[in-house]
Amino acid sequence: MKTLLILGAGTGGTMVANKMADHLDPQEWRIIIVDRDEKHYYQPGFLFIPFGIYSQRDVIKPKRNFLPPSVEVIFSDIEVIEPDKSRVILRKDNKVINYDYLVIATGSHIHPEETEGMVDGGGWQKNIFTFYNLEGAVKLANFLKYWKGGRLVLNVAEMPIKCPVAPLEFLFLSDWFFHERGIRDKVEIVYATPLPGAFTKPRASAILGGMLEEKGIHLVPDFNIMEVDNAKQVIRSYDEQEVEYDLLVTIPTNKGSDAIARSNMGDELDFVPTDKHTLRSRDWENIFIIGDAGNVPASKAGSVAHFMLEVVIENLLRSIEGLEPLPKFDGHANCFIESGFDKGVLIDFNYDVEPLPGKYPLPGFGPFSLLQESHTNHWGKMMFRWMYWNILLKGGEMPFESQMSMAGKWA
Amino acid sequence: MTIPENLPLNDEGFLTDPSVWNEEIAKALAEQVGIELTEKHWEIIRWAREAAADSGKAPTLRQITNGTGVTTKELFKLFPKGPAKKIAKIAGLGKPEGCI
Ligand SMILES: Cc1cc2nc3c(=O)[nH]c(=O)nc-3n(C[C@H](O)[C@H](O)[C@H](O)COP(=O)(O)OP(=O)(O)OC[C@H]3O[C@@H](n4cnc5c(N)ncnc54)[C@H](O)[C@@H]3O)c2cc1C
Repeated sequence: MKTLLILGAGTGGTMVANKMADHLDPQEWRIIIVDRDEKHYYQPGFLFIPFGIYSQRDVIKPKRNFLPPSVEVIFSDIEVIEPDKSRVILRKDNKVINYDYLVIATGSHIHPEETEGMVDGGGWQKNIFTFYNLEGAVKLANFLKYWKGGRLVLNVAEMPIKCPVAPLEFLFLSDWFFHERGIRDKVEIVYATPLPGAFTKPRASAILGGMLEEKGIHLVPDFNIMEVDNAKQVIRSYDEQEVEYDLLVTIPTNKGSDAIARSNMGDELDFVPTDKHTLRSRDWENIFIIGDAGNVPASKAGSVAHFMLEVVIENLLRSIEGLEPLPKFDGHANCFIESGFDKGVLIDFNYDVEPLPGKYPLPGFGPFSLLQESHTNHWGKMMFRWMYWNILLKGGEMPFESQMSMAGKWA
Repeated sequence: MTIPENLPLNDEGFLTDPSVWNEEIAKALAEQVGIELTEKHWEIIRWAREAAADSGKAPTLRQITNGTGVTTKELFKLFPKGPAKKIAKIAGLGKPEGCI
């Protein structure tokens, strides 16, 4: 009997388990998936919780429901990976699993403690919050319900973060939320980011930056946070700029899994060195990486994990057959950006081509508009939750191609 | 000091071919971003060139602090605003891939 072991049963791991269960002969292969948490979180939904649009029950479902019965599911912490011995040790009962092939899908996780004064300065979850995990999003929702206004500062601690458009969405939704509450004139909204502009790619950055301005959101670019001064209520950068806040919302440093750190398999942020086109480990031929866990220079997003899926499956199957993996992943990312007032913007890009205006997925027709606000884009975003639970996690066909297309775009 | 005319630069002023780099070019590129190079700067730039020769790309801020032992704070003093970007630029490496 041969073993395919999958670490992490989030977006990427769940998709791989479903696909590989279809491909591998159960007489010959056992598929095991390990995760510490029995609940599956729909993370894109965390964005809507602070504003009371979603509640906890919209974003949690049991992991088991999304995994095929033939897959063995183990709920345990992953202690350490020993890639030279092709084995993994779990925390539960110190169980040892020997594998033939390993898929790493352990994601990206927030570390607010990386910034001095963030969690240890007294303001944490009093007037300093994050919406990047469920607990934080719920606490922020409770705070916002009763907030009378003041200076709201959103800060990104450092890049890369998962879902690099989420900070912009939070800002746009804040503008909408305070309008609805009738207190927009009492709230100052500030965005302090280490990036030189609103976004990482120039054309999109200009358009999204323009939207911030229209909505009266103040941008502080090139702001690299060093510490939070809780007494003075300022965040301070390495070059001694200060930004005052009444309410600080942070997107903390993102790092790969603690298991990757313990196994010494990661880069300086515990992301696993991965070939950016084949998605195979740079160091071990029987290890593939999907989703946020790897260090490929693509966005860390569920949609990207979905575009990686086809390549990871094909290359796993090729390796099992003794063939070389194919360099097929092009860095394709596709993000709906919720922009408030029931509108949204869609961007579509890859390693080589930045987001461009146009129509998607059908050239000239859409129904989605690229790099332009529309109501349809907003419905696309809201539909994404249904598609996520019902199609995407099961590895089903989505109406988008894995490789990016230039059709319908205005270059 | 001025930038040599035919230097292969992209529209953001990054050298597109690290092999044409030399110390004179580094000085000119540094001057362009308002930095006068001291021995401390040179140490970091030389380290960055070696790191890039190994990995094929410009080092990130965290790689630089880990690799040189220079603190982030000090790096911001030496290379104000975006140290990783400025170091990559002066060392004649491509733009760091860090931001997506
Ligand atoms: C606020 C927010 C908004 C977002 N919005 C969008 C969006 O609009 N569109 C989009 O496409 N993406 C969005 N994303 C990103 C998306 O959720 C992630 O990119 C995606 O879930 C990545 O999948 P993954 O499989 O790599 O990791 P995950 O889904 O995070 O799964 C990793 C799994 O590994 C497990 N694990 C890790 N370490 C261990 C260990 N040591 N032991 C045991 N188990 C372990 C975890 O429990 C987890 O279940 C958003 C994310 C956030 C936080």
